[in-house]
Amino acid sequence: MSEQLMNILFWVLVVPGTVVLGLVASWIVRKVSALVQWRVGPPLLQPAYDVMKLMGKEILVPQEAQRIVFLAAPLVGLVGVLLLSIMLWRITLSQTAFMGDIIVAIYLMVLPSLALILGSSGSGSPHAAVGTGREMKLVMAYELPLILAFVVVIIKAAGSVGPGGQLSLAAIAQQTPALSLSGMLAFLAALLCVQAKLGFVPFDIAEAETELGSGVLMEYSGALLAVWKLMQAVMLVALPLFLGMVFLGGFHATLPAPGHVPFFAAALLVLAGARLLANRSKLMDVLSLLVFIGLCIWVGLGKYVLIVVLLILIKNTNPRVRIDQAMRFFWVYCGGALAAAVVLASIGYWWDIRWL
Amino acid sequence: MKKTLHKPILAVGPFHPLQEEMEFFQLTVDGETVTDIDVRISYNHRGIEKLSETLQFDQIPFLVSRICGICSASHPLAYIQAVEEIAGVAVPERARYVRTIINELERIHSHLLWVGLGGHFIGYDTVFMWAWKYREPVLDLLEEITGNRNNYGNVRVGGCREDIPDEMVPKILKELDKVEKKTDMLTKAVLDDPVLHARLKGVGILSKNDAVSFAVTGPTARGSGVAIDVRRDDPYAAYGDLDWNVISQTEGDVFAKAVVRLLETFESIKMVREALKELPKGPIAVEVREIPPGEGCGHAEAPRGETFHYIRSDGGNRPTRHKVRAPSYVNVPSFKASCIGQHVADVTLTLAAVDPCYSCTERLAVVDGHSAVIHDYEALLQMSREKTARIKKEIGAPEFKLEDI
Repeated sequence: MSEQLMNILFWVLVVPGTVVLGLVASWIVRKVSALVQWRVGPPLLQPAYDVMKLMGKEILVPQEAQRIVFLAAPLVGLVGVLLLSIMLWRITLSQTAFMGDIIVAIYLMVLPSLALILGSSGSGSPHAAVGTGREMKLVMAYELPLILAFVVVIIKAAGSVGPGGQLSLAAIAQQTPALSLSGMLAFLAALLCVQAKLGFVPFDIAEAETELGSGVLMEYSGALLAVWKLMQAVMLVALPLFLGMVFLGGFHATLPAPGHVPFFAAALLVLAGARLLANRSKLMDVLSLLVFIGLCIWVGLGKYVLIVVLLILIKNTNPRVRIDQAMRFFWVYCGGALAAAVVLASIGYWWDIRWL
Repeated sequence: MKKTLHKPILAVGPFHPLQEEMEFFQLTVDGETVTDIDVRISYNHRGIEKLSETLQFDQIPFLVSRICGICSASHPLAYIQAVEEIAGVAVPERARYVRTIINELERIHSHLLWVGLGGHFIGYDTVFMWAWKYREPVLDLLEEITGNRNNYGNVRVGGCREDIPDEMVPKILKELDKVEKKTDMLTKAVLDDPVLHARLKGVGILSKNDAVSFAVTGPTARGSGVAIDVRRDDPYAAYGDLDWNVISQTEGDVFAKAVVRLLETFESIKMVREALKELPKGPIAVEVREIPPGEGCGHAEAPRGETFHYIRSDGGNRPTRHKVRAPSYVNVPSFKASCIGQHVADVTLTLAAVDPCYSCTERLAVVDGHSAVIHDYEALLQMSREKTARIKKEIGAPEFKLEDI
């Protein structure tokens, strides 16, 4: 009964829960960036306000746009990334996996970028056209290193899966490739690829506000733009989760043990109180952020927080690179490092040296 | 199928997040490469020169300080020097020093502003916010001295409007120390960051020849190896008494311009310190009752380059002609030499690297109806050049040679 109840709860909550988490994650990105830059930053609900406001605005479709592609692209992107996150939650919470799900996940991860390319090229705007070209080049640039990074993980995991066993994400999540040399290299490269997938600086080349005036998203308005924003927010949940699962040994998300519930409730109260006072004092503002991150770590999402913080740090300490520089970076440097990592991992597998 | 082949034009403007002012760069692109570029400016014509002819001599500093909020010490100073040339006024020692200090403080905050904006243009918002935070104390100092963070216009015919109180000197020195430390950090961050190098070096090169033929001024020229600086070449205020260097770089790319601006900030800090140390005692202004008929020119080195004011007086209390030549107006056209053939990403940065100030570029465009521009930018430039050539011929001015520089 209780398992059935959990199952129903999961299916009811997974989509809204992921969206809410995504909005909170995008708040964290904005808030931490603001603190790094000595700004105050938005209130907790700001991403939600943004989406709600956009939902109520008019959708303008350019005259020269391919209407169906233009209208459908954001939905395709959002659905793809939501499917991915459902898969990942399923694996995290109930270890449900199927053969070759890593391949499906890789495909689902490309979907948002493809949707972005389709939608923006369908809009018929010169700014979006330049943005589309950049996004296409960027996808071609980072997909190769990303897949090579997963190859490293698969080689590492192959050692622990016995003959006849399934090489699924659940099996991969049982071990921590990042603790080995090749796995660490693969993790760092994959982190940069995810940075590019999320469209964060230094790889926000396709949006490039000061060059193309948000390029690929230029012609989108109203609810469609809100869907893009939601898609980006959900990606902020799905992609770090995926990285954590593949490289850092997965998540063991649990609700607090019964004995810890009072402490947990107290922390929640502190969080609520600090948020309420956040307008009054900077200290409370920062405190609430810290309590929130602490809670995430408590329920087993520490690795997720770590990845998001790394992404934010890279975002705030780099200028935007040019598209040709990005391609060279991903192919020559990341590709080279990963080729070496693949060789190292193979050697490690062959002679059973775990730290390679 | 009725499809015409468009020449793909990427519009940077009239409203664009690159710069928060009205400008319209039309980039003709082939893929990512810019093959041609054109500009339309003066979307907000304010008629400063005409307005100026309706105001009295001592009101005009407040008008010209509003030409541009950032150069609001240089424009009034150039104007005042033109008027003082007509009236033959000898300015008190202390006023000369106060003018220097205000102008250099302006340069510090303007250059830090550009560093921040430059960061923003390449998506480096952390630098943007930090540079603007470091700039704040300078604005506070200016407010404490003149009463305004911007638009200070702290000059009047015969001297200065507000004095720097002696008891404020230690405070200014203290703040300068802080600013210097922060700027030092910023400079090191820029000079050592490999990603910034990749992004800025070799981008938008303006060669020395092009810099001379486009007659660019200020950091744009000094970044291309043309070491011109009004403060040294024709010293005004107290610049002749101070010990400082003209910074110049030979590369001509965006990185060189950034380096010039950052190093100039240190020179400015040094100058303010020295001027404060040697600040003479005495009055800050002399009474000037009348402006005789005549003509006068004044120029000053604004943060963006030389600003030039010409005044003609008929002996009344208003000028009969007031001509302003602002630096960005001569710097902006250099994009023709530095942008074509570059990436879109580099072009937007190059356009921003001359620190274009659109209040500088405000000119009249003769328009028929609502759309057709009769005299566009090119035509006006052509007319201006023809007129200059005609006047030069009339007065028998010597031919200017490139080798002189």
